[in-house]
This record gives sequence, C-alpha cells and structure tokens, in this order.
Amino acid sequence: MKDVKKQGGLNAEIQSRIGHQLRAMYDDVVRQGVPDRFVELIRKLDAPEGNPQLGTAGTAGEKNDGGE
Amino acid sequence: MPLTDSLRDDILASVPSLRAFAISLSGNGDRADDLVQETLLRALANIDSFQPGSNLPAWLFTILRNLFRSDYRKRRREVEDADGSYAKTLKTQPAQQAHLEFEEFRLALDKLPQDQREALILVGASGFSYEDAAAICGCAVGTIKSRVNRARSKLSALLYVDGAEDFGPDETVRAVIGGSGG
Repeated sequence: MKDVKKQGGLNAEIQSRIGHQLRAMYDDVVRQGVPDRFVELIRKLDAPEGNPQLGTAGTAGEKNDGGE
Repeated sequence: MPLTDSLRDDILASVPSLRAFAISLSGNGDRADDLVQETLLRALANIDSFQPGSNLPAWLFTILRNLFRSDYRKRRREVEDADGSYAKTLKTQPAQQAHLEFEEFRLALDKLPQDQREALILVGASGFSYEDAAAICGCAVGTIKSRVNRARSKLSALLYVDGAEDFGPDETVRAVIGGSGG
C-alpha cells in the first residue's frame, strides 16, 4: 500500500521529513560509539578481582569530565 | 543467565543507541550518560533475570526508560540549555543552517508529552517494532501506535505549520520556542 496520500491530516512528505530529522538527531549520537567511560565500567565490573560492589563502585571512581 | 563474554559485548554494543535514547528523552548529554551508566549497573546487577535469547536491547531500553521515569518524578526536568549543551555532545557540528533546523526540531520534540516522545523515538529512531516498543513502555500496541501518530501530528503542527518551505531563519526558531530564552 502506498503512503502517498494524507494520513489523518498528515502529509506524507512532512512525515518523512520528521522521520528523517528524528533519525539524523539520533544517529548523530549513535555514531559516537561507546565512550571509554562505559568500556571501563564494564571491564571493571567484569574483572574477577575488580571491585564487585555494584551501584557504588562505578560512580565513585570518576565523575564526568566536567566539560567547560 | 551469567555474564558471558558475548553477552558483555552485546551490552556494550547497545551503548550507542542507549545513549541516543537517553539524550532524546532527557535533552541533556551529561544527564543522559549518567542514565546510561545507571542502566548498565542495574542490568549487570540483574543479569540473572535476563532470558537468554530474548531481546537484549529491548531489555536494556526498558531499564533505562524506567530509570528515567522514576528520576523524572523526583526532579522535574530542569529547563535545559537553549544554548546547547546538547549540541556540545555532538562531535560533528552541523552547518549553520542545518544546525538551526536541528535545534528547532529538538525544541519541538521537547514539547511533546513524554509518552508521545518516547513512543516516537522508539519506533521512529531506535527502530523497534510497535510490539517491542509496547513491551518497553508497558502498554498496549494500539496505545503505542496512537502515541506515535499524535507525536507526528504535533511535530508537524509545531514545525511545518505555515508551509514547509520557509525554514531556518532565527525568527522561525524563536516562534517555535515561543519567545522563551533570550
């Protein structure tokens, strides 16, 4: 079924524009990959002799970089 | 199930989209990363309750969404940055014109009711099926569909109300945000 006509008053072109912008915004973040912070977090929690305390261990170590 | 290497890798592989979801929900990059961190801690602490073979991203998104919700109830969303701490989280700055368009879109997205925003993001950006999105949000599939539709209508009303051609100039942005900020 084609999607060319109006759907509940929504023009298909506008809909596709919204979809496009939504994905552009989202994918911009996705493309940043996995920040080191999370790689380290998982590795730390995973390590047998690492600190196994979930919940407190991860946050104490390093706060965010603080930006400017 | 226990935390196997492959499960750990799969969890890490979900981080980029978890961040994108968190940023879309909270509108704030720093807070989003804290949410993702809490989500990972929670997921690892409860890894035994994850059913092998079930949808890992959906499970993680559910955790993140619930954390965001309970956090939201505690402290209402701070009015975040008209001057773009969100934009700072982006590595590639869009060109000027595109940037305005982008900001305009984000501001409009922020105006949606939370239910509608999350439904639209899950289906329209994260690529979940209506069924998965319904499971993540704990509601019926039909509810998700109608939230997505309402979100789209509202966005189109906010963004394209007077013709889709005129785009970008500052006045448009100001009109959309209704004269807030300065």
